[in-house]
Formats: sequence, C-alpha cells, structure tokens
Amino acid sequence: MLRFEKVSKIYPANHPDNQPTAALDDISFEIKEKEFISIVGKSGAGKTTLLKMILAEEKPTSGKIIFDDQDIEKIETKHLSGLRRKIGAVFQDYKLLSSKTAYENIAYVLEVIGATEKEIQRDVPEVLKLVGLADKANNFPTELSGGERQRVAIARALIHRPEIILADEPTGNLDPYNTLEIIRLLLTINELGTTVVLSTHNREVINRLEKRVITLENGKLIRDEEGGRFIL
Amino acid sequence: MLTILKRTIRLAWLNFTRDGTLALANVFVISMVVAAITSLFLFKGITNFEINRLQDKVDISVYFKYETTEDDILKAKDELAKVPEVKEVEYVSKDQALADFTSKHKNDPVLMASLAEVGANPFLAVLNVKSALASQYQGISNFLVTADFQNSIEKVDYSERKPVIDKIFSFTSGLNTAGIVFSILLAMVAILVAFNTIRIAIYNSREELKIQRLVGASNSFIRGPFVVQGVMVGFFATIACLLIFLLIAWGINSKMDTLFSGLNLLGFYVHNLGWIVLIQLLTGIGLGVISSLIATRKFLET
Repeated sequence: MLRFEKVSKIYPANHPDNQPTAALDDISFEIKEKEFISIVGKSGAGKTTLLKMILAEEKPTSGKIIFDDQDIEKIETKHLSGLRRKIGAVFQDYKLLSSKTAYENIAYVLEVIGATEKEIQRDVPEVLKLVGLADKANNFPTELSGGERQRVAIARALIHRPEIILADEPTGNLDPYNTLEIIRLLLTINELGTTVVLSTHNREVINRLEKRVITLENGKLIRDEEGGRFIL
Repeated sequence: MLTILKRTIRLAWLNFTRDGTLALANVFVISMVVAAITSLFLFKGITNFEINRLQDKVDISVYFKYETTEDDILKAKDELAKVPEVKEVEYVSKDQALADFTSKHKNDPVLMASLAEVGANPFLAVLNVKSALASQYQGISNFLVTADFQNSIEKVDYSERKPVIDKIFSFTSGLNTAGIVFSILLAMVAILVAFNTIRIAIYNSREELKIQRLVGASNSFIRGPFVVQGVMVGFFATIACLLIFLLIAWGINSKMDTLFSGLNLLGFYVHNLGWIVLIQLLTGIGLGVISSLIATRKFLET
C-alpha cells in the first residue's frame, strides 16, 4: 500500500557556517493495508518529516515514496488534492478551521470530495457520535477542550473513509485520560479496516499497543519490529 | 456543478458574516475606491455642465449698418447658418434691441434719460453667432470678412472678445484636466489600499488555506469562496456608496445650484443612476474579485 524506498531528506544549511541537516537518511520500509504502525523517536528524529512526505508537503531529496503504486513525488501540484483525499490526517495542533463549527469542520471534507447534502447530513452526526461529540456539533474549536478538538480532528480524518490515517503526535497536547481515549479511537478505526500510522514519543502508549513499531533516531531507521516496544 | 456553486456561495456567506469587523473593514476600504470613482464621474458631469454653460455665453455679434433692411439681414442669417462651424444664429432686430435695453435698465434713471436725449432708436440690428467649439470662431470670423453681405456689416466684435473667449476655454479645459488627473490619482491610491487590505485579510487566513489543502480541497474549491466573498464586499460597498452619494447629492443640491447656476446635481445623479450603479458595481466587484484572486494565488502556489 505504502512504500518508502531509500528515502532521504536533507535540508540545506541556512548559514554558511552550518552543515546541511539530514532529517531522514536512507529510509526503506513498507506499510500493508489494515496495519497499525507506530513511528517512534525523540523530537527531531524525523517522524513529522516522514509523515509530511506521505502528504506530499515535503519532497524527498532522494529515493521514492510509492502510495497505491504511484510515486508521490511525480504527482503535479494541482493533482495533490486527489492524493490527500485518500489520506486522513490528525495533527498535534489539531489544525481545525477556526471559523467553522465542529460539524462544519467535518462536513467540509465531504463537501471537498463532492458528497451530497443528504450524505453529509447522514454521516457527520454519525461520526460525531462515534467520537463522543454529538452534543458539541455546533461548537467552534475555541469552545472545545484539547481532547475534544483532537476528537473532532479524528472525526474529520475518517469521515470520508480514507485508505490510511496519519496521526502526528495526536496526544502530544493531551492529559493521560484524553490520550487513552484518542488511542482507543484510533484502534477502533483500525479494527474497522483503515490503516493507521501513529507517530509519537509517548512510551506508555507504544508499550500498551503491542503493534508494529518503527524507531527513528537522527533520521535513520534503527528498528522495525512487530509487537515492538518503545526502546531508545 | 450547481451543488458546488451553492456550497461556494454558502461558504463565502459564512466567512463574510463570521469575519465581522474584518469584512466591515473590507467593505469600508472598497467603498473608498467606489466613492473616488463615483466622484470622478460626478466631477466630469459637473465640469461638462459648467463648460457648456460658459460656451453658451460665448458668441460673435455681427452688427449691421443702420440702413440695412431686415430682408438683407435675414438673408445674411441664412447664409451664416449654412457655414459648417456655425451651431446657432440668433437675429435681434433694432426694435428688439431697444426693447431689451429698456426692459433691462428701466430702473436706471440716468440710462433712461440718456436714451430719451438721443431721441431715435440708437441700436443696430445684430446677428449673434454661436459655434460648437471655441476654436471654430476664428473660421466664422474669416467667413464674415469674405461674405457677400460684408458691405452691410458695421462691425464684428470677435477680435474684441477673442482674449476673453480664449481665457474661458483655457480655464475650463485646464479645470477639466486637473480634476481628472486628481481623481485618477485618488482612485489609484484607494485601489492600492483596498488591494492590500484584502491581501492582508487573506494573509491572515493562510493557515486555514493550508489546512484546506491538507484535507484534500482543490485550489479552485479553496479559492471559490474567497472570490465570492470579494463579490459580496464589492456589492455591499456599492450599496453603501449609492446611498451615501444620494444623500450627499440631495443635501448639497441647492448649494450646487447656487454655485453653478442651474446645476441640478440630484437630477444628474438620478438621471445617470444606471451608469453610476454599473460603474460602482464594476469597480467594487472587480476590485474585490481581482484582489482575492491575486492574494489566494500567492498562498496556493506552494
């Protein structure tokens, strides 16, 4: 489904005295359908860069990223929306549209893919119920707690039934209770058949999951194991 | 297609109403431009009126010798009317000239006594000749020198009036040019300010634009509501300007009538309402849409 082939990302030095920074260094791995995979590593290990490359926000300096047999780098800018509609993304800072309510944030994705009003009115309340926010549909992001915002972001990420959900530090700003809730939600989504890629540096979360873990350190892939644990 | 259009308009309206003060600021700034352009239109109207009024006051008077018969003068009038430069010829007979003078100065005992002293009618019959353009008076003057009835002419007052005529036309054309240049400069400044205000408003939304792209929205889907919002801003700016200018025209109408005798500003505004609305809509909506297109393009390129 998704394959990294010898991918490197090197940011040029921003000052003549500095060295170029290798955010990712010769990374290769493959993600299969319906997998739940965690990417772990310290801050700056390259987790976010890796996810940004899947979303085509960043281009690799060398190597290939193949998604559904298509080289992401070769997709023209005007066609990137097609790729992104196959992906649901959840971010540490939620990235909700502040001028829209919870309902509208989720409905926006369906509007983007051209769903009918009937489908929107049927699916959005359903997904809000799934994430436990049926009573907060008309609240704006500023009127929601961190955990609630992240649940809206998850609802938005899965409303259009994407092939894969990328969750970049989704629990980074949350307390232990909300962290658990978000991880439970991601597991449920995975059980329903969606591939989930979770990036985190939360040791406890990883050790509880007992799923496949890819460990990054200084941009290098140092470990890739099934039922892995957080070892750094 | 209809669904996309409906969604675009709904999203634009939501943004417009939720932006609150920012939307109001945009309407205000676009209104400034629309007002500047409307002022330019009205200024052009007022100067044209004033130029016409001054031009109407300018003519060449051809005085005929005392013994010239009315028939000869009327023949001369017909000949003059055939000259291409001539717009209008008015005949004032000796009796009419006397009657006009008496009526105008009946309250001036000194003048009336002088007239009585003279005894007979001292006035000459005259043809007042008007041309469409000031530059054509020289041509008419040249025609009079070579005309068949040249021997019946006592005097032509063109050379006496020439400096005044030239001064009036140089003043009015200068006034017109200065007004247009000033209004265009004002409009250009206002356009720049309006464009930057909209650009800043969209710049503030750049994070939202980025999020919309990340969730798979195409550039046209993102741009659509901003463009429609530009249309809305232009539309409301037009409505505001229409009402403000109507109130101003109504308020200063009598003062304008005094200042430029006979100018009916309110009448001019109402009579040209169709053009004014069209100019205002084109300016307001055009500016709103173009600013939105350029600003969103910049943030959607990357």
